[in-house]
Amino acid sequence: MAGEIISQVTGPGIPLRGNDIDTDRIIPARFLKCVTFEGIGEHAFEDDIKGLATKGQIHPFADERFANGAILVANKNFGCGSSREHAPQSLKRWGIQAIIAESYSEIFYGNCVSLAVPCFTTNHDTCAKLQDVIEAEPTTELALSVADATITCGDETIQLEIQSGAQCQFLDGSWDARAGLLENLDKVRGIASRLPYIANYA
Amino acid sequence: MNRKPILCYATTLTRMGQNLYNKVFDRHCVGQLPSGQYQLFIGLHLIHEVTSPQAFAMIREQELSVPFPERTFSTVDHIIPTTGEARQRPLMDVLAEEMFQHIEKNTEEFGIHFFSPEKGEQGVVHVVGPERGLTQPGMTIACGDSHTSTHGAFGTLAFGIGTSQVADVLATQTLAMAKLKVRRINFTGSLKPGVYAKDVALAYINRLGVNGGVGYAYEFGGDVIGNMTMEERMTVCNMAIEGGARCGYMNPDQVTFDYLKDRDYCPEGEAWGRAVADWKSIASDSDSNYDDIVEIKGEEIEPFVTWGITPAQSVGVSQDLPAVDSFAEPDQLVVQEAYEYMSFREGQPIVGTPVDVVFVGSCTNGRLSDLREAASFVKGKKVAEGVRALAVPGSQEVARQAIDEGLDKVFDEAGFQWREAGCSMCLAMNPDQLSGDEISASTSNRNFKGRQGSSTGRTLLMSPAMAAIAAVKGKVTDVREHLEN
Repeated sequence: MAGEIISQVTGPGIPLRGNDIDTDRIIPARFLKCVTFEGIGEHAFEDDIKGLATKGQIHPFADERFANGAILVANKNFGCGSSREHAPQSLKRWGIQAIIAESYSEIFYGNCVSLAVPCFTTNHDTCAKLQDVIEAEPTTELALSVADATITCGDETIQLEIQSGAQCQFLDGSWDARAGLLENLDKVRGIASRLPYIANYA
Repeated sequence: MNRKPILCYATTLTRMGQNLYNKVFDRHCVGQLPSGQYQLFIGLHLIHEVTSPQAFAMIREQELSVPFPERTFSTVDHIIPTTGEARQRPLMDVLAEEMFQHIEKNTEEFGIHFFSPEKGEQGVVHVVGPERGLTQPGMTIACGDSHTSTHGAFGTLAFGIGTSQVADVLATQTLAMAKLKVRRINFTGSLKPGVYAKDVALAYINRLGVNGGVGYAYEFGGDVIGNMTMEERMTVCNMAIEGGARCGYMNPDQVTFDYLKDRDYCPEGEAWGRAVADWKSIASDSDSNYDDIVEIKGEEIEPFVTWGITPAQSVGVSQDLPAVDSFAEPDQLVVQEAYEYMSFREGQPIVGTPVDVVFVGSCTNGRLSDLREAASFVKGKKVAEGVRALAVPGSQEVARQAIDEGLDKVFDEAGFQWREAGCSMCLAMNPDQLSGDEISASTSNRNFKGRQGSSTGRTLLMSPAMAAIAAVKGKVTDVREHLEN
């Protein structure tokens, strides 16, 4: 049961500057009171949006210019904090299809893979440059290649990085790990039966 | 132990110079996946009401079964109110009630044990697992909650996971995981009076940063850790995730075994002796290799307080808040953002900062020893006027023990609100919340913007002793000046 093959993502970008943007900012905890992920995209960055609005500023996720943003460009340690999948779920449901950042929290990264949202990394200067380009021309169509780990922006193509395991999962449609894990259930039972704490330490 | 000699020989060879991470990983490794990741068996799966309902929906949608229901345990902690009246069912908050009903229904349908409030077994998932003896050395543990790293205190590999992965564990009892590097963090010497496990946690995060641990498992050791109780060790491991590490652990020792003896789910009789032998064997070898080694001197750790919006933005209580330009240029934005959000100024002392709310509790500091420590500083005193103070036990079992010792009365007489078990104001998904831009002295683990229920609320993380003295004084106070209490 392979999933969709994700070889490229195209669309406008959305810049989100700052290090250490945590999961609670992506989706405040009060919106986690739900038994499905439906509608969670509407609340992405809700408190940050309100906080900036009171100062007369506008958050990228509330800025009409970036309303069609599909490729998020963030900075360092993006998605730190909670393991809740609600955070990448809210980004995806808002419309984000891929992320570029300097680094990610690992749990957040893994959650993005299982939601078919490729995450690329690059250095600070490249992130800043992409953010500048998107801000100057929000309608610019960006094209991410998963196979080459590049982003093409106008006539320029920039080399990015992507974890090879995740890259492989996107390209063969195995980003949803479950099918692959299910194939080995017999072997799993074998491992389990030999674990000391399952065999009463015999 | 009926092994053929050749197998023992091979086992000895492969174990030379191995650390606990690699030993436990190898034991649970089902095989390598085409992606290059490994399929890892999960020995204990803990679930709660917030991150599991969608996972059960995925299981149903794909018509999957749960092949190892006896290896998953559940409770309700994030959304449950902490006052007796508000805990009456149905809960006033209809969304919270819906989540409660889902975990009840899902666990019943799939044959999973539910530590329910009615049975008196409920509590924060990371308090309940260890206190029941479910968490045992050498296990792999997963839970849809980042603070699963807490269980590493017992010599386990314990991972916080997302909801899709919760479904993976339910359906296969395994996870797809990459192999981590291991960083050994040695805490040498000893802690000075007034310095606690929470300060040790805040110290390594301050030193290594909130993303210093990315790609690593943290192995904590050294005399400071060796001399800690299990409850203290859990506090240190609990915050590994705040340092960016995928998991954190300590090697099991006699302190671990003494804690586990006679707990509900631990082996008994002859099996106990075999278990201890096994647990000793999975500890890191003395000649283990590490990808990195860091040393932190116990004597140099001060009582820490966070002043910003990440757990690394902290200072020793005697210090002044750092200058923006003392940080590397790329980090200055988040430092400025923190000062703006907190309405603090660089150079101001943290001591003396007025507090509106004090929260003692959470999976970081909601265990009996934490409540005892806090109670010792408020006994016979009064919470400062205008301060709202909550003492929230981590589990119903912790609450019973605290009440047996009269701690509830100590808190009550001092003007604290003595509550029932839950996550409470750590993330404020229940009615326990900050309002407006209140400042909270909190024993929890995160000082993120809006974390404690108000989008402008401000959180100062600190130890239970520091939080207790802050409650009495109404402001951030150096606990070392009050150790004679």
